[in-house]
Amino acid sequence: MPFVTPRTLQKDYDVIVVGSGAGGGQTAYTLAMEGVKVLMLEAGRNYDIAAETPMFQTYADAPLRGAGTPDKPFGFYDATIDGGWAVPGEPYTSASKEEGRQFEWWRARMLGGRTNHWGRIALRNGPYDFKPHTRDGLGFDWPIGYEDLAPYYDKVEMLIGVYGSNEGLENTPDSPDGCLLPPPAARVGERLVQQRGATLGVPVVPIHRAVLTRPLDHKTIPAKLHPGNERAQRILSADMQARAACFWATPCSRGCSIRATYQSTAVHLPPALASGALDIVCNAMAYEVVTDKAGKATGVRFVDKTNGQHELVTGRVVVLAASACESVRILLNSKSAQFPHGVANSSGKLGRYVMDTVGSDLGGQIPLLENLPPHNEDGAGGSHLYAPWWLYQQQAKGQMNFARGYHIELGTGRRMPSMGTAAELEWLNGGTYGRQLKVDARRYYGSFAYFSGRGEMIPNEQSYCEIDPTVKDKWGIPVLRFHWQWSEHETRQAAHMQKTFAEIIEAMGGRVQGKAELDGRNAIAAGGSIIHEVGGAIMGSDPQRSVTNAFCQTWDVKNLFITDGAPFASNADKNPTLTIMALAWRAADHIAERLRRKEL
Amino acid sequence: MPMQRRESLQWMLAAATLPAWSPTGAAVPKARATGYGTDPNLVKTYRAGELWPLTFSERQRRCAEVLCAVIIPADEHSPSAAELQVHQFIDEWVSAPYPDHVKDKALIVQGLAWMDAEAGRRFRKPFAETSAEQQHAVCDDICSVAAKTSPRFARPAQFFARFRDLTAGGFYTSPQGMKDLGFVGNTPSETFDGPPAEVLKIVGIRPV
Repeated sequence: MPFVTPRTLQKDYDVIVVGSGAGGGQTAYTLAMEGVKVLMLEAGRNYDIAAETPMFQTYADAPLRGAGTPDKPFGFYDATIDGGWAVPGEPYTSASKEEGRQFEWWRARMLGGRTNHWGRIALRNGPYDFKPHTRDGLGFDWPIGYEDLAPYYDKVEMLIGVYGSNEGLENTPDSPDGCLLPPPAARVGERLVQQRGATLGVPVVPIHRAVLTRPLDHKTIPAKLHPGNERAQRILSADMQARAACFWATPCSRGCSIRATYQSTAVHLPPALASGALDIVCNAMAYEVVTDKAGKATGVRFVDKTNGQHELVTGRVVVLAASACESVRILLNSKSAQFPHGVANSSGKLGRYVMDTVGSDLGGQIPLLENLPPHNEDGAGGSHLYAPWWLYQQQAKGQMNFARGYHIELGTGRRMPSMGTAAELEWLNGGTYGRQLKVDARRYYGSFAYFSGRGEMIPNEQSYCEIDPTVKDKWGIPVLRFHWQWSEHETRQAAHMQKTFAEIIEAMGGRVQGKAELDGRNAIAAGGSIIHEVGGAIMGSDPQRSVTNAFCQTWDVKNLFITDGAPFASNADKNPTLTIMALAWRAADHIAERLRRKEL
Repeated sequence: MPMQRRESLQWMLAAATLPAWSPTGAAVPKARATGYGTDPNLVKTYRAGELWPLTFSERQRRCAEVLCAVIIPADEHSPSAAELQVHQFIDEWVSAPYPDHVKDKALIVQGLAWMDAEAGRRFRKPFAETSAEQQHAVCDDICSVAAKTSPRFARPAQFFARFRDLTAGGFYTSPQGMKDLGFVGNTPSETFDGPPAEVLKIVGIRPV
């Protein structure tokens, strides 16, 4: 009976996992496949990807032709349920009214969390990314290096399925043979960016995304992932066969009913449930980690959202993976005589060093791509190529005015027409109507190229979250208050993105839409808006200056772990999801081993 | 300043003249509808008017329909936006309870009133009853980027640009509109082969 209610809960769970996304999903998967009895608490509702995913609906089927609204900010068909920048009844606050000092917090209240709508971009951190302080004196080193996490990156890639290629580029790790699936053929616009980017020294190569470009090798991978565990191998092999390869249609952000992309609900939870070792309670809004006199975690309190009842579940180990800021919120709200400032906060660092990704976008229109013969450019439902950061040498020589790098994500192609496809053409045609507008729409369709810079933010003392002294959510749980400030490293990086994108657009013979914003303070997207927030409970080697150790285990409470993005000690330009999963797998291995040795 | 005031006065007068033709004219429904919420059914097909009450009066609907046909007329590739009922989609759009849509409603409802008032002033008829030539005469004055900064037509030009975007959005998301643009995706296939050699040749890229 995998989906349970507070009434049907068992009493003897080994591990309670809060959250069902990338971190919670991976933690529960690893533990359950090893036979560890896990209870997962998910704040949102259950979600059936097979029945609920809009796979072939066109925008004409949707209200408002699918355009975004405050209820569905990324468009009607975005997979997010009960989420967004504002979740009804679940406010958060900002300490400052000043522009540029706001943090926007995207949440999803559903099984699988934000993995249902994510971009599927799955990049490994490189060796430099774990030792940034050693390299340039800024931020913090991780207590682990790339070599510690590499075996887990291998395992995660094999489990979830990631397409990409090995290019041997600096600080952009290659994967061992057998980890990656073949990348899809590049679209014509992406090829043009590649061709013209090369003239500027910008390397454009296959991106890594968690999409099955062919079925997973169900015969050999399970034995590599679960050596000596035949039951786990059998379960995983069967589940891998139940996942279809991509059929080259419909955007991944809608979710994928055939399970061709990674979503926790498509990859982690089905085999974990099949193991019989995982129970899940949905609509369980966790708010407190309960501790005993000895300072050990004994359980988690949550609100059953179906009836407003407060419940307590107990277990030998507690793992928080509620998303970086939500996990921090739970810990800060877990106050007792023994932990007056919240559990795991003896360092005073809980909530500190929240980081997002530096984001800045620019688009252009490319005459070479006008009026092309119709052809299918749906592809793998997202980018096929990207540009990893390429100016490490210039940075090392002190030629750059900011410290860390960014990668470039591309948007091109003859996508399914949406509200924006033939809108706002005035900047190109001066404002036409009638037959001429139809001629213009055909001409410009598919001739645009969009560039999104995604860069590293350095942790700083001014960017953190804490408990708001007065505001509570609809269940009476105190909410988070955010403090935010970019440093010049980030704003200058954003300006560099704009300059670079304009150069690439011009090198493609195109015209920039609007103009490149060279004032970085205006070019940078608001904090939180890239939805890569990490930190808040950073890992380190010094209990005075960090919240967890290298195994995501809190220094203060030995049987309490955090396996979402909160333990990140830095936020490399690489999208955090793959690293969250690799860290979670490593932490879960550690938990399983310690449980076996009866040390937890 | 005087020009600006005159422009806005004219805009308001246009809206104010509407009730003479249509008593229910520019009236904005007071009932506050709610949106579709944060957990709508994503796999069903929705119809205009299903989620919130529509706004247009019969006169506004006629004006919007004719304007849709003027902005996207039928040609050898596809029907007109009016034939595809895009005006009904625009009604759905301006009737939605979200802040941007509420703003659009004010602009569109006033703009449609202006179209009728302007047609009435020039041709003594509501816009929907004017000839194609007369319709073009009005639209030519407000369709361009330049019109947006003209003292006389700034606000109507702003309306026209928005109405055009909504018309194009409604039209090109329809099956006929998608076909017109040459969209050929949203269909499952065994392989993804990338761009045809012909396409790469046009753009000047060597095949892999």
